[in-house]
Amino acid sequence: MKKTSKRGSARSKTVALLVSTRKGAWIFTSEASRRKWSVNGPHFLGHMVHHMVLDPRDGKTLLAAARTGHLGPTVFRSTDFGKTWKEARKPPAFAKAPEGQSGRTVNHTFWLTPCHADEPDAWYAGTSPQGLFRSNDGGVTWEPLPGVNDNATMRPWFGTEQDGTPDGPKLHSIIVDPRDKNHLYFGMSGGGVHESFDQGKTWKPLIDGMEVVEGFGFDVKNPMFHDPHCVRMCPSNPDRLYQQNHCGIYRIDRPGTKWTRIGRAMPKSVGDVGFPMVVHPRSDTTCWVFPMDGSGVWPRTSPGGKPAVFVTRNGGKTWQRQDKGMPREQAWWTVKRQAMCADALDPLGLYFGTTQGEVWASRDEGGKWACIAQHLPHIFAVEAALV
Amino acid sequence: MQVLIPSPLISYTRKKYVEAHGATLGELLSDLERQFPGIRFRMIDEQDRVRPHMRIFINGEQEFSLGRALAPTDEISIVQALSGG
Repeated sequence: MKKTSKRGSARSKTVALLVSTRKGAWIFTSEASRRKWSVNGPHFLGHMVHHMVLDPRDGKTLLAAARTGHLGPTVFRSTDFGKTWKEARKPPAFAKAPEGQSGRTVNHTFWLTPCHADEPDAWYAGTSPQGLFRSNDGGVTWEPLPGVNDNATMRPWFGTEQDGTPDGPKLHSIIVDPRDKNHLYFGMSGGGVHESFDQGKTWKPLIDGMEVVEGFGFDVKNPMFHDPHCVRMCPSNPDRLYQQNHCGIYRIDRPGTKWTRIGRAMPKSVGDVGFPMVVHPRSDTTCWVFPMDGSGVWPRTSPGGKPAVFVTRNGGKTWQRQDKGMPREQAWWTVKRQAMCADALDPLGLYFGTTQGEVWASRDEGGKWACIAQHLPHIFAVEAALV
Repeated sequence: MQVLIPSPLISYTRKKYVEAHGATLGELLSDLERQFPGIRFRMIDEQDRVRPHMRIFINGEQEFSLGRALAPTDEISIVQALSGG
């Protein structure tokens, strides 16, 4: 019998990068060598596509959250990996307010997460302004989850629609515990990190240890003042989560309830502000961030115009700069929270997309980087999948 | 009555002018939704408000109320606002 190595088995796979932009979506594919990429697109040209995600449970269904500058938000669904698309019959929408009261409206669906492996066709969606929705039919119809959307305790934490990111307040980082479909997390910008043990019926803040912007007297115990940018669970250890926050990089080990600021170990000249967070699928001590300038007026660009990814391989005790192949100066990149990801090959491939429309890739866990696409619109999200 | 459809919504109707009926603007929009599923939510939000960058004109006059009564001879234009970028 022919012996198949881990790397050998990977060679039979195709890597797909799902790139969502302000003006449409593109799908890049490559053999497992990841040396040459083919492009397919644009899909939904002119639509703001905030997130496009492959259903890992069937390997062919794609959901894409989209809107245009004029038209309201919707979700498109493809069951043939992007050859054809059909619009959701009932996209995420808040409940209609009683007569005489003002109700919220979904500006856009921002985040898509497939539910537990035991719940085929079920998905969660996070919206702007903050809302949580669930579909049980593969994204055709969506229902609001009252445990968040009608939660009077949470409502003040949402802030107003003037608060949150420059692109509106968002519910993001919806995480499903692979061991328990009832155990969920999400983050809100702003509004903190929250956890549910009953599939979203009730929620508790998980913000202890997270810092808030200093100097304004903000109450660190109030979720309203917390801005988690991206939260990720380690696939190899679901009790460990990493978080890139407005106020630093954190790690938490459950059942502990306190986040530890591991970004203190980053070089002072770089800082620990950024948006994306990527965890290694096979190592709970390895994760990557893409630091951005959070000083002064918050340029949100690579510090000093010198872009780099930083990796820790010991759970955040130390960090190493990874910038080989990137410009050495005058590169003022911004990488959004959904725009950096990893594939699951060995060695791991890493990818990020910039708001300037470039996609960068590394085939060796960040050791060397190459630009694989230019001239795309402002990139919102990059997801990697093996198909 | 005849309804003028703006280019961003022609992916639903496949034509620039369509026929739709209703005693009110809300009923007309429901008829459009019946004929072209999904079209209503792209221009009217879940609180029954016309979306910020969409406009509806009845006989050349802008209208925001879905309760506005319609006559069979009214001409309806759905327009995208001049708000590019």
